[in-house]
Amino acid sequence: MTSSTDDTGVQPGGNNSLPAAIELQGISKAFGLVQANKDVSIKVEAGTIHGIVGENGAGKSTLMSILYGFYEADAGTIQIDGKHVQIKNSNDAIASGIGMVHQHFMLVDTFTVLENVMMGAESGALLRDSVIAARAELERLEKEYGLHVDPDALASELPVGQLQRVEILKALYRGARILILDEPTGVLTPQEAEQLFRILGALKDQGVTIVLITHKLREIMDVTDNVEVMRHGKMVAHRVTSETNKEELAELMVGRKIRADIQKEDANPGATALVVEGLTVRDSYGIAKVDNVSFQVKTGEIVGIAGVSGNGQSELLEALSGITALDEGRISYGDRDVTPTAPVNPEEVRKLGVAHVPEDRQKLGMVTDFSAWESAILGYHRDDAFQKGLFLDPATVKAHCASLMDRFDVRPPTPEIKSANFSGGNQQKLILAREIDRNPKVLLVGQPTRGVDIGAIEFIHRQLVDLRDKGGAVLLISVELEEVMTLADRILVMFEGRIVAEVAGDKADEKTLGLMMANAMTEPEMSDEQTDGASA
Amino acid sequence: MEEAFVFITLTANATVRVATPLILCAMAGLFSERSGIIDISLEGKMLGGAFIAASVSYSTDSAWLGLMAAILFSMMLAMLHGFACITHNGNQVVSGVALNMLMSGLTVVMGIAWFSRGGQTPGVSPDGRFLPINLPFAEALSDVPIIGTLYSGFLSGHNALVYLAFLAVPATWWVVYRTRFGLRLRAVGENPHAVDTAGISVAWLRYRGLLICGGLTGVAGTYLSIAQNASFVREMSAGQGYIALAAMIFGKWRPVPAMLACLMFGLLDAVAIRLQGVVVPGIGEVPVQLIQALPYVLTVVLLAGFIGKSVAPKAIGVPYVKER
Repeated sequence: MTSSTDDTGVQPGGNNSLPAAIELQGISKAFGLVQANKDVSIKVEAGTIHGIVGENGAGKSTLMSILYGFYEADAGTIQIDGKHVQIKNSNDAIASGIGMVHQHFMLVDTFTVLENVMMGAESGALLRDSVIAARAELERLEKEYGLHVDPDALASELPVGQLQRVEILKALYRGARILILDEPTGVLTPQEAEQLFRILGALKDQGVTIVLITHKLREIMDVTDNVEVMRHGKMVAHRVTSETNKEELAELMVGRKIRADIQKEDANPGATALVVEGLTVRDSYGIAKVDNVSFQVKTGEIVGIAGVSGNGQSELLEALSGITALDEGRISYGDRDVTPTAPVNPEEVRKLGVAHVPEDRQKLGMVTDFSAWESAILGYHRDDAFQKGLFLDPATVKAHCASLMDRFDVRPPTPEIKSANFSGGNQQKLILAREIDRNPKVLLVGQPTRGVDIGAIEFIHRQLVDLRDKGGAVLLISVELEEVMTLADRILVMFEGRIVAEVAGDKADEKTLGLMMANAMTEPEMSDEQTDGASA
Repeated sequence: MEEAFVFITLTANATVRVATPLILCAMAGLFSERSGIIDISLEGKMLGGAFIAASVSYSTDSAWLGLMAAILFSMMLAMLHGFACITHNGNQVVSGVALNMLMSGLTVVMGIAWFSRGGQTPGVSPDGRFLPINLPFAEALSDVPIIGTLYSGFLSGHNALVYLAFLAVPATWWVVYRTRFGLRLRAVGENPHAVDTAGISVAWLRYRGLLICGGLTGVAGTYLSIAQNASFVREMSAGQGYIALAAMIFGKWRPVPAMLACLMFGLLDAVAIRLQGVVVPGIGEVPVQLIQALPYVLTVVLLAGFIGKSVAPKAIGVPYVKER
C-alpha cells in the first residue's frame, strides 16, 4: 500500500456542492535533468485544510511555486474553482484568488505593516487613498478573523509570529480565498504555532481553503482534513487525515519503515570537557548577542541548547568554535583557556580535539564548488597523512573520502562528485563523517538535521548518540525542539543571548520548553490559563 | 550691517551655484539607489550630458534643445547601466566605473572629431545658454533694504536650471513617499523578493528608477556646460558626481537631508574661493591647493563615520535572481 494513489471522490470537511478549490492534473516540471514534479495530480476541496508532506526535494515547493506563478509547468492543467486558468506569474495567481505565505517572509523591514499590506495592491497612483482603504480593510479583517496586528508598527520591530500574520493579511487583503502556507511553523515557538493554527481554523470556518506544506507530521495530524504525500517529485498517496497516522505517513514519505524514536541508554557523564564561564559576544553595534552565558559539558553526555532561531545560538557556536572572538568571559577546552586576551582560532580549536559541525553546512561546512573528496578534509587538510611532499596527495585523500562515505552511508559514494550536487542529507553526513571520524573529545554541532530528510535524520541522530556512548562530549544546538528532546541528556534554553533555564532531558516536555523559549515562564509550573496569553 | 548682509548674499549665491549640479545628481542617485542599483556613474552620465548639451545647443542655438538632448543621452547611458546590471545581473560598481571611463574618453574623442578644438566645444551663443532670470519686480524691489536684497539679490537672478534643481527636491520627496511608484521603488531596494511575490516586475521598476536617474543627471550636465559655463571643457564634471553620491549617502538616501549635504559642500566651496589669498595670522597665506582639497577631505572624514551609521537600502548592489 505504500505507493498507491487513492482516488477518493468524497472527502470530509469539504462542501461537496462546490467544485474543488484547486485541481491540478498531470503537472510536470523539470529543471535541467532534475525532474522536480512528474505527472502530479491533486484535488483540494473548498473550505478544507489540505496538507502536503514530503521530504526535502520531494517537489512540494516546486508544485506550489507553479500554482503561485513562479514557474510555469512543462505540462499539465490547473483548475481553480472549477475553471481552467493559465498562471504565468504571481499576478495571475493573485487574480485567481491564490495567496501564498512563504517560508521566508516577503516583507520589507523598513515598512510599516500597513505599507507592507498595501504594496502591490494600491488603489491608485497616489498613496493617500490606498492608506485609507487599507486601514479600513485591515480593521475589517481583524474583526472577521481575529487577526490583530498594529498597522503602524514597523515590520523590523515585530516578532516572527506577528510577521507571519502580516503575510496572511497581505494575502487576504488581495482577496485570497486559497491560502498556501510553506513550512509556516519553522520559525515559531510551539505557542506561536498554536496561535497560527487557531487562525487557520478561523479562516477555514469562513470558507477559506488552506494548503499546508510541512515536514512536521504532528501538525498534519492536528490540523488538516486531508493529506497528500509526495516523494521524488511524484504524488504517492492521498489520505483522509482522520484515517491515517504519523507512522504510516512517515513510511509513505520515505518509502520504507522508519523508527520514530532512537533507542538510547542513560548518559554516563564523566569528567568535564568544556567549560563556558560568563561568555559574552557583542555584534558590531555593541549589542550582546551572547550575554553572560555559563555552562559545562561533560564527557559522555549530550547537552542540547533549545531556543527560537536568532536568540544567540549561532553566535555562541561561532565563539566556541573559534570563528568569532569573545568580548568577555572564558571558554576552557580541557587545558586550554580562551579569554578575550588569549584568543583562539578555529585551527587551534580543532587541534584541541574539538570538532565542529556548523549550522550552515553550505556556507561554513563545505565549499560547494569543491569535489566531495576536497570537502571531506577541510579543516584537516594540513594533516601529514594527506600530504606528499609539498602537495596534497589526491589518491590518499580520495581513498580516505571513499572510506568515510562507506561508513557514513553517503550516497552516491563517489568522491569525485561536486559537493553541491549531493542532497542536503548526504552533504550533512559527509561533514559529520569528517568531524566524527577522529573521535573528538568535544563535538559542537549546530542544526544537524536542518533540511535533511527523515531517513538521514535517523542515521545522524544515531551517530551523535554513538559518539556520546564512546565518551565524547556533545553540544547540540538546534531549533527543532523534538530533536533536542530526543537527543539531549540536559537541555539549556536560550533567549535573547542568555541561558534562561535548564531541564533534564527526560523531564522536558514541549509545552514547558516552548514557554521557556519565549521567556514567558514566571514559575516552574504554570497553569493552563496563564499559558495562553504568555506567548504573544 | 548692510555690507555684511551683502557678503552673506554673495556667499549664498555662490553656494547655490555650486550646489545645483550636486543636488540634481544626488536626487538622481537617490532614484537609482533606492531601487537597489548602486550608481557610481553619476559622474559619467553628467559629463556625457554636459557634452551633448553644449554640442546640440551650439549647433541649434537653442538651450532647451540642448537640455532635451542631454536628458535623452544620459537616460540612454542609464539604460546601458541597467542592461548590464538588471538584465544581465552584472556587477554594478564595475558597470558604473566603465561608464565613467567611457564618457571621460568618448566626450573628448567626439569633441575632437566634431569641433577639432582639442576636446572642447566652441562657445555657445547667449541663445544657446540658460541665462539668469529676473523674477518679477526684482528691479523695483532691489532698493528695499533686507527684503530687497534677499529677493532681488538672492532669490532672483538665477538661471532656470537652478530653480529646477531646488524644485526637484520636494518633487523627489513627493514621488518617493507619496506615490505608489515611490512605495514600490523603496520596497524593491529593500526586498525585491517581496515586490516580485506581490506580482510587480522587479526589472521594470529598477529600469524606471534608472530612467529618472539618467534624466536628472542630464539636467545636471546641461547646467555645467551651458548654464554655469558657455562651452564643454574636458573633464568639466571634475568629480562632482562622486561628491553628489557622497552627499546622498550623508543624507541617508533621503531627499531633504541629501540636499542639505549638497548645500554644505556648496558652502564649503564658496568659502574656499573667498579664502584664497587671505592671510591667516600666525600661519600666513593659506595654500590654494589645501582649500580646494577641503570638500574632498571633508567627504572622507564624514564618510569615515562622523555622521553615524548610514543604513543603505538592504538589497543595494545585489542583482535580483529568482531562486529556484
